[in-house]
Amino acid sequence: MSRASIRAVPDRSSQDAPPGAATADEPTAPRGASSTTITLCPDGPLLVRGDVELFDADGERVEPRRSTVALCRCGASAIKPFCDGTHKVNGFRSDV
Amino acid sequence: MLDQALTMPLPSPRGPLSTALLDLLTRDVDDAAARAFARTTQDEVAGRSDLVDDDDVQVTLLCLYELHHRGLTGVDDAWEWHPSVIDARRHIEAPFEAELRSRVTVPETSATTASEVAATLFELAAADSGPSVARFVAKRATRDQVDELLMHRSVYQLKEADPHTWAIPRLSGAPKAALVEIQTDEYGGGRPERVHSTLFAQTMREAGLDDTYGAYLDDVPASTLAPVNMMSMFGLQRRLRGAIVGHLAAYEMTSSIPCRLYSTGLQRVGLGPGATEYFDEHVEADAVHEQIAGRDLAGRLAEAEPALLPDILFGAAACLTVDGWSGERMIERWSAGESSLRTHRSAQPLLQGA
Repeated sequence: MSRASIRAVPDRSSQDAPPGAATADEPTAPRGASSTTITLCPDGPLLVRGDVELFDADGERVEPRRSTVALCRCGASAIKPFCDGTHKVNGFRSDV
Repeated sequence: MLDQALTMPLPSPRGPLSTALLDLLTRDVDDAAARAFARTTQDEVAGRSDLVDDDDVQVTLLCLYELHHRGLTGVDDAWEWHPSVIDARRHIEAPFEAELRSRVTVPETSATTASEVAATLFELAAADSGPSVARFVAKRATRDQVDELLMHRSVYQLKEADPHTWAIPRLSGAPKAALVEIQTDEYGGGRPERVHSTLFAQTMREAGLDDTYGAYLDDVPASTLAPVNMMSMFGLQRRLRGAIVGHLAAYEMTSSIPCRLYSTGLQRVGLGPGATEYFDEHVEADAVHEQIAGRDLAGRLAEAEPALLPDILFGAAACLTVDGWSGERMIERWSAGESSLRTHRSAQPLLQGA
């Protein structure tokens, strides 16, 4: 099982990036030590990149249809667990 | 024939300029005739205003760009980079770009970081007050109007994502990776049946429409061609890489919620899951893409090349504005009980039963 790293979006700017993280000159998405990352999009979803398996409470696999997925964080998506953009119209605000 | 399936059929001319272009392109390459066409273009365009709504100009420009996309059926590929044809294109592009820059309101911003630029773009997209074709389709559109919508959209959606792909070699580092991440998804992530343009073709077939590339070109007005030409113009020119990036960000940011409404509308008029799959896919995909496009693509590009920020915002605002004009015309016609097409082919039984 892969180890996930969770990183808030502002940490991704190059000036305070941790060792190994992307800089403006590197063609990479946010990367810590893990091959799987979760990006906290401000006022928006959790953007999940990398090797990850998704299951519901009964252990049934939820098949992601793309390599990068956005998981709903506002709770109002009509296609949960995925984001459908509803956070933009329901006033959802996140701390990070 | 394979050639016919890949290339765009020649449209009908809509005035003297497109008549001259189609006459030129259906000949063997002829330098003198091409020079004459470039002069004709310069003279014709100089006398016109409102190029966005000029059917003759927009269909001419679409054909000129199509030389760089999939080509035109029966037209010699040698025309693509003929200097006089490029010269003629420049005679249209320069005033077209100038018109867009004068008519599109670009927001002021003090944003500098990727997150600030993304926030600015999300605010711009949220403030878009144009008429909502998606809401109309969800609630009111008839089956004929849904068919018309698909015919309008087919001009771009059957080559969906291609104009933005031209930006990839003009970028580097994080913005390049972000654009490739989005485009990989647009092109099905390695699965041909999931290519977005292929899903749109499926929608057209499910609706009984012709999914041939360019099949409805003659039916759609200048206001439908202008947004497509604008994308090709932004995408083909490295100078405008900020604009094509901003365009993509705004496009993605105004897609997932409208696509849910389109899907609702298609279901309401009786179309099935095979028809709505394209729109359902975009609800999920574009909720991902808008996050990548805002911060990792547009935001990181603005950090890497701050001088491009005004064009990033111009491209985003132009996307919303020009698509808005196109939608406004459709809703005006529909609200008046008229067809939004130049022709009334949707009323013919041929299409319904095709």
